[in-house]
Amino acid sequence: MATPVLDKVEAEAAASPYITATFRIRRFNPEISDEATWEDFQVEIDPKERVLDALHKIKWELDGSLTFRRSCAHGICGSDAMRINGKNRLACKTLIKDINPEKPITVEAIKGLTVLKDLVVDMEPFFQAYRDVMPFLVTEGNEPTRERLQSPEDRERFDDTTKCILCAACTSSCPVFWNDGQYFGPAAIVNAHRFIFDSRDEAGEQRLEILNDRDGVWRCRTTFNCTDACPRGIEVTKAIQEVKRALITRRF
Amino acid sequence: MSADTTAATTDDVTLYDVDNPAPVIEPPRQRTKKTPRAPHKKGSNFEMYGWLFMRLSGIVLVVLVLGHLLIQLVLDGGVSKIGFAFVAGRWASPFWQAWDLIMLWLAMLHGGNGLRTIINDYAERDNTRFWLKMLLYTATAFTVLLGTLVIFTFDPNIR
Ligand code: SF4
Ligand code: FES
Repeated sequence: MATPVLDKVEAEAAASPYITATFRIRRFNPEISDEATWEDFQVEIDPKERVLDALHKIKWELDGSLTFRRSCAHGICGSDAMRINGKNRLACKTLIKDINPEKPITVEAIKGLTVLKDLVVDMEPFFQAYRDVMPFLVTEGNEPTRERLQSPEDRERFDDTTKCILCAACTSSCPVFWNDGQYFGPAAIVNAHRFIFDSRDEAGEQRLEILNDRDGVWRCRTTFNCTDACPRGIEVTKAIQEVKRALITRRF
Repeated sequence: MSADTTAATTDDVTLYDVDNPAPVIEPPRQRTKKTPRAPHKKGSNFEMYGWLFMRLSGIVLVVLVLGHLLIQLVLDGGVSKIGFAFVAGRWASPFWQAWDLIMLWLAMLHGGNGLRTIINDYAERDNTRFWLKMLLYTATAFTVLLGTLVIFTFDPNIR
């Protein structure tokens, strides 16, 4: 009776899911140095776990000073967008096995925003652009006594852009935004699109005028970096393109 | 030796501390509440027309430029046939005059507008941006006007 149990234990040990992955993390701590440096961490981890789990492991077991944002850990709050292996992703939605753990996995803060510490950036410019497009329902006249009804087709029109979680993965992957932080950035345009094409909203014209600005949609070069980066699968470039089309067709 | 290194690292560490943190590196031209927004006249559609112009002139230029290159470099003996006589012969016809004129204007404005957007993107200081653009506008205007003048006043009998 003892043998099968032993066999099983041995087999399990041989087929242990754990691997040793190297995480190369871009560290910056203004209280120690004015320079950012790469630091390697070796982590024993199941490759079916996520990058966020590895970061937790590092923070909880190896180096408690590692700083990063996360809240929900399930791809909903949008706080842990980071540049993993050179691509913007959510750490909580990236499985280690999908990004080749044989080589060191690089993790750094998203680009184009001020790095405050390690992987934490100052999101204020990003949210300022978001505020600038008036991301709220604007209506005129008396408030209806019941909810504002909308047909499924009207809702379908802007369904894609309602999925945004404001993680900044798109805006911080945009080369125009890197060069000139004055550009509204894809995320702000996505959230403007969500209201411009909402049949209940009445300030579409105003928002279009805001995006017609020098730093508005016309700066977009159709690089598609934003569509690639979006963890929610929003067709960001398409949304920007639809805003451009709306601007042109309202004139002619 | 080892004492030296320790001293050096200690120096490094004391340079910045909790009360005296290192300056963070801000990306150029951040958007904050306080940053002055680029002046934008309400209802001005300049950027939109610029964008449209780039798409439309691009389509026309594909035909014009490829046709131009084909005639000049490939057909009929290639580049070696080009000379004063060849140009004079072509510009005798209003069709080729118009072709070259349109190509000149579209190509210069297309390229000029492209460079303008590049300068807007990459020049960090307002002053640099302004002077680079002035240089660009002058060069564009000069080339366009000179080219136009030559096309219209071309004299095949010049000695
Ligand atoms: S559009 Fe996508 S990538 Fe951009 S902020 Fe929203 S969820 Fe993030
Ligand atoms: S932690 Fe909330 S989106 Fe990743």
